[in-house]
Amino acid sequence: MHFALTGDQLAMRDAVRDLLAARCPSAVVRAAWPGGDRSAADAVWTELAVLGLFGAAVPRRDGGLGLDETDLVPLLEEVGYAAVPLPVAETAAVAAPLLAQAADPHGQLRGIVAGTSQVAVQTAADLVPYGHRADLVLSLRDGAARLVAPAARDAVATVDGSRSASLVVLPDGGLVTDDPRLVRLALARADLANAAQLIGLGRRMLDLTVGYVRERRQFGVPVGSFQAVKHPLADTLLRLEFAAPAVLAAGSALASGDATAERDVSAAVLLSIEAARLAARTAIQCHGAIGYTVEYDLHLYAKRSWALAACCDTDAHLARLADSLELKGGGHGR
Amino acid sequence: MTATGVDLRDSPSQAQFRALARDWLRANVPPVPLSSGDTRAGFAQHVEWERRLFDARWAAVSWPTRFGGRDASLWEWLIFEEEYYAAAAPQRVTQNGIFLLAPALFEFGTDDQRERVLPRMAAAHDLWCQGWSEPGAGSDLAAISSRARRVPGGWRLSGQKTWTTRGAFCTHLFGLFRTDPDAERHRGLTYFLIPLDRQGITVRGFGRLDGDEGFAEVFFDDAFVPDETELGSCVLGAVGQGWQVAMATTGSERGLTLRSPGRYLAAAQRLIELARERDPGPRLRERVVRGWLGARAYQLFTMAQVSDIVEGRPPGARSSLNKLHWSQLDIELHETAMELLGPQAEQDSQWSRGYLFALSGPIYAGTNEIQRNIVAERLLGLPRA
Repeated sequence: MHFALTGDQLAMRDAVRDLLAARCPSAVVRAAWPGGDRSAADAVWTELAVLGLFGAAVPRRDGGLGLDETDLVPLLEEVGYAAVPLPVAETAAVAAPLLAQAADPHGQLRGIVAGTSQVAVQTAADLVPYGHRADLVLSLRDGAARLVAPAARDAVATVDGSRSASLVVLPDGGLVTDDPRLVRLALARADLANAAQLIGLGRRMLDLTVGYVRERRQFGVPVGSFQAVKHPLADTLLRLEFAAPAVLAAGSALASGDATAERDVSAAVLLSIEAARLAARTAIQCHGAIGYTVEYDLHLYAKRSWALAACCDTDAHLARLADSLELKGGGHGR
Repeated sequence: MTATGVDLRDSPSQAQFRALARDWLRANVPPVPLSSGDTRAGFAQHVEWERRLFDARWAAVSWPTRFGGRDASLWEWLIFEEEYYAAAAPQRVTQNGIFLLAPALFEFGTDDQRERVLPRMAAAHDLWCQGWSEPGAGSDLAAISSRARRVPGGWRLSGQKTWTTRGAFCTHLFGLFRTDPDAERHRGLTYFLIPLDRQGITVRGFGRLDGDEGFAEVFFDDAFVPDETELGSCVLGAVGQGWQVAMATTGSERGLTLRSPGRYLAAAQRLIELARERDPGPRLRERVVRGWLGARAYQLFTMAQVSDIVEGRPPGARSSLNKLHWSQLDIELHETAMELLGPQAEQDSQWSRGYLFALSGPIYAGTNEIQRNIVAERLLGLPRA
């Protein structure tokens, strides 16, 4: 048994972390909101492509790095930490590996690995995050995966304005696979990617708050010295620290093709949502009024965390876990 | 950092160890549960069980073999704990000694002390209780005032310890006493190993909320303890070093070794079985699922922690995270069970007793308020009050 990242995994994580710290600060996230200049965000995309991130989980023979879901988890945590306002996870963790596994019927994989296409993902929900600016949309519906350029897009006002979400009209065709197993895997990776990003976002909000309450003084002392502030922050760290291993374990289960992989992904989603939700509420509260402004950065990360949580069908994940534990449904007690 | 990546399966030797433990437990765990270890009659039954464990070398698996252990790795210890709780084996009554005193002996004791104390501890010939808290010193342990006065050939102890778990059933006590009356707080304390049958020592058991005689007060009325007993030197570490000795093991106490994930995985499994019987609606079903999630999260967290320890990254203040998590999880699991039981929750049962005991979790081994302070100050770097 062993449950720690390797030196290589840590090095790749650090490379992504350092890149995003330098090139995707809060100003870049802020600029991705309507009315802002998105060129800095697009520059981040190019740099991530150079790092090989979009081909991370694509086999070497297809031009990728030949890594797996275990490797992706720490990288996606960093993408979440920086709240990159681009469909990085969708492209790297969902579209690219699926295309590789489905033998890339339309020759789209190389371009995606090279970073020439931003791919958004459409699942059962109508709203497509990043759908308004993505080059391609990967539709995962009714047991089939199709990858097409949208015929029409209708921007939708969303809580997280950096996500440029859209209703899309997709033309027919572009079938990548109708192998239900591969589609399910793609959906599981999408869930895993959300869970990993939620951990990163939770950590970002916690770090922001810790930094703030150490500096902010009231009654002659830093407000971070009060137990009423310390304890909720301790609880937030607690939740994050107990959710993060479940996300990595889910990645490992997917990578190994374990029979419990989907259950493990559901566990990861539920734990990461709880942790991020607590982080957002605690962060807002511990900042006081300043945390409740749009001038201050916190709302950028909080809104992203709510958006990712909204993409996860928690009822379905709970039901899947209940089934896996053989808890029958529909009862009303003894 | 290692070359091998994440792998949550048993290695072949770990699988073998697991099978060995499982087989022995299956063959030896009493089919009828013993009476509660917090009653006199039950305690005697549990002591007998501890002797059987010791004879088969399962009492303290991670200890060196010469002390009665198996030299088991931390992974193997985790595996043994999983199997132990899955087998519904009896409550351990040697825990205070094995998980609190023994680590201090390994780090600060002499070879003589280890040889004399450890095998007898593991075999439950000596039963150890912890003399930390006093009426005036609970969370604020540095406020202790019980004294040890130097006299020819030994020490005279005066004062009172309280909240001593199972003190009324124990033979020995390890405790902190103030040896330098002029030093304050955590300075001038010494860690003593004390036989409870000495003249001047009175132990009075009293009841806990979960009904049994599980607490004790221990009164020291100028009691004489010689420098050397049959367990060796009565001082562990150096005179005046008591705080350092006690704190060095506080981390391990709060965290991993005090409560392993196996305990909660087994409780979650029993909860699931109860839920299958009761066929509850969605609300309670969700609570059961979340209880299992908490146990599974603890298992994964612990595996990561063991990987860190084995690779030379000790947990330090992260042990407070363990403690916060398991103590809250235990209440969650048992509260859910009580809800599932409905009117039956009023009857005395393993679940009701477990629920009452779970309520003490956020209090013992350092209250959760203190743990949150530790997390906030040492892990998040927030300023002290």
